[in-house]
Amino acid sequence: MNTEVKIAGVTFKNPVMTASGTFGSGMEYSDFVDLNRLGAVVTKGVANVPWEGNPTPRVAEVYGGMLNAIGLQNPGIDVFMERDLAFLQKYDTNVIVNVCGKTVEDYLEVVERLSDTAVSMLEINVSCPNVKEGAIVFGQKADSLYDITSQIKRKAKQPVIMKLSPNVTDITEMARAAEAAGADALSMINTITGMKIDIHRKKFVLANKTGGMSGPAVKPVAVRMVYQTAQAVKIPIIGMGGIGSAEDAIEFLLAGASAVAVGAMNFVNPYTTVEVVEGIEAYMKQYGIENVTELIGAVT
Amino acid sequence: MAQKRKVTATVISQKQIAEQIYDLWLETKLAKDVRPGQFVGVYPHGESMLLPRPISICETDKEKNRLRLVYRVAGKGTAEFSACKAGDRLDILGVLGNGFPVDRAKGKRVFLMGGGIGIPPMLELAKAMDGKKQILLGYRNKELFLEEDLAEYGDVYVATEDGSVGTKGNVMDIINAYSLQADVIMACGPMPMLRAIKKYAAQNGIEAYISLEERMACGVGACLGCVCRTTKTDAHSHVNNARICTEGPVFEAGEVDI
Repeated sequence: MNTEVKIAGVTFKNPVMTASGTFGSGMEYSDFVDLNRLGAVVTKGVANVPWEGNPTPRVAEVYGGMLNAIGLQNPGIDVFMERDLAFLQKYDTNVIVNVCGKTVEDYLEVVERLSDTAVSMLEINVSCPNVKEGAIVFGQKADSLYDITSQIKRKAKQPVIMKLSPNVTDITEMARAAEAAGADALSMINTITGMKIDIHRKKFVLANKTGGMSGPAVKPVAVRMVYQTAQAVKIPIIGMGGIGSAEDAIEFLLAGASAVAVGAMNFVNPYTTVEVVEGIEAYMKQYGIENVTELIGAVT
Repeated sequence: MAQKRKVTATVISQKQIAEQIYDLWLETKLAKDVRPGQFVGVYPHGESMLLPRPISICETDKEKNRLRLVYRVAGKGTAEFSACKAGDRLDILGVLGNGFPVDRAKGKRVFLMGGGIGIPPMLELAKAMDGKKQILLGYRNKELFLEEDLAEYGDVYVATEDGSVGTKGNVMDIINAYSLQADVIMACGPMPMLRAIKKYAAQNGIEAYISLEERMACGVGACLGCVCRTTKTDAHSHVNNARICTEGPVFEAGEVDI
């Protein structure tokens, strides 16, 4: 039985990763999960300099999911390389660094700083709905997305994944723009913009008013978008959105994802990632599937 | 520090001890790892409610692997917990947070100050602490709870907002009413109380440790949801936002901008 997948020339021991922002840089979950078991750890977004993020409250539970408006708090690339990357490199797993910025130059600085490291891939965050500058500004218009993708591709030494926002009219248009600009892969979906109101206080629950929704309630939307995008582009897709079990993960693979990421469900069950790995293996055994790649896009 | 785990605990007993306040004993091996001021995340059962509810640990019986949680029903998740009966199971995540620096109180005059649902962690703290314990408790009204348990470990003073029991007002009014003095303060309670304590401690040159709360998601330091403003650069993100679940919930009062 072979659970290996290849994305843009990078080999993953299995198709299970962590979704950026839900797993820190792996350290916080290493009490629960043997990181060596994962296909990759995708880090929390890192910028060229430290970011403070948004005021609190930053998180709220909603029916079958949650909203967050963290605002990409991060220690900046210096501390990240010294501490987080050094930590992750002790493990036998791929490291994918999620890169964020307010300007194209910010992104390029981080991309360049990572060029001589053992990082396997870069995931470019052009889809965070919770910051006013950068991020999603680049991810909601096809021409801006094309522009930033091509600039990053010119500088990047590692394969580039563009992380797409679902908060657009047609996600396949964004996917095509990223592909045309040379993106090596796509991650999707980032969170869906939502809102929660405290009716007793007549106030927004989140200080940021809006937040990104994730969790099981968004899964059908994510599966649909992965399927549509897989029909529209040739580059591989890393699927995510509410994955909490192997069954969920397999849906994404069948819809056309080459790999999957576990996000908010890490908070619900910190062992989710490894349970998904084991569950995929059990499913392959049950149906006599030799290579996990047979599942990719196999829905009919 | 002990490894964090998600485990299934068994309900030993539960009773309501005041309006909306419940007293829950759980059996779990996590009890052995607890330090005063730490908390656990308790998971609701329903799939519509996902996130662990952070609840402070009131008391432990380490020999019997038991953990006592005294909590207020604040929403659907805690309402579900309040219906649990002996023998029921609850998934919990723990042990979380840093806890109070108990040793700072050794041989000193201490104020243990609890306001409302900030009172429960004072019990495990009072049990573990070696010092002159003056326990100042603030309640809304005559629906007191835990004051008898706490009286076994120190001198208890009560204030109520409506004046129905003890000093009328809050825990700060107790200090004035009895001209109490301390070298160290350890406190948990609503933000206005913690702000008043921070100010009082700074004015009187007293060492103070306060336990904060915030809406949390992961509880283990990954999501950066539950931060508080800090006066110095924080150790994790190198900005001025420390994680309440991990660097906290207990902070030296001067460290945080509240």
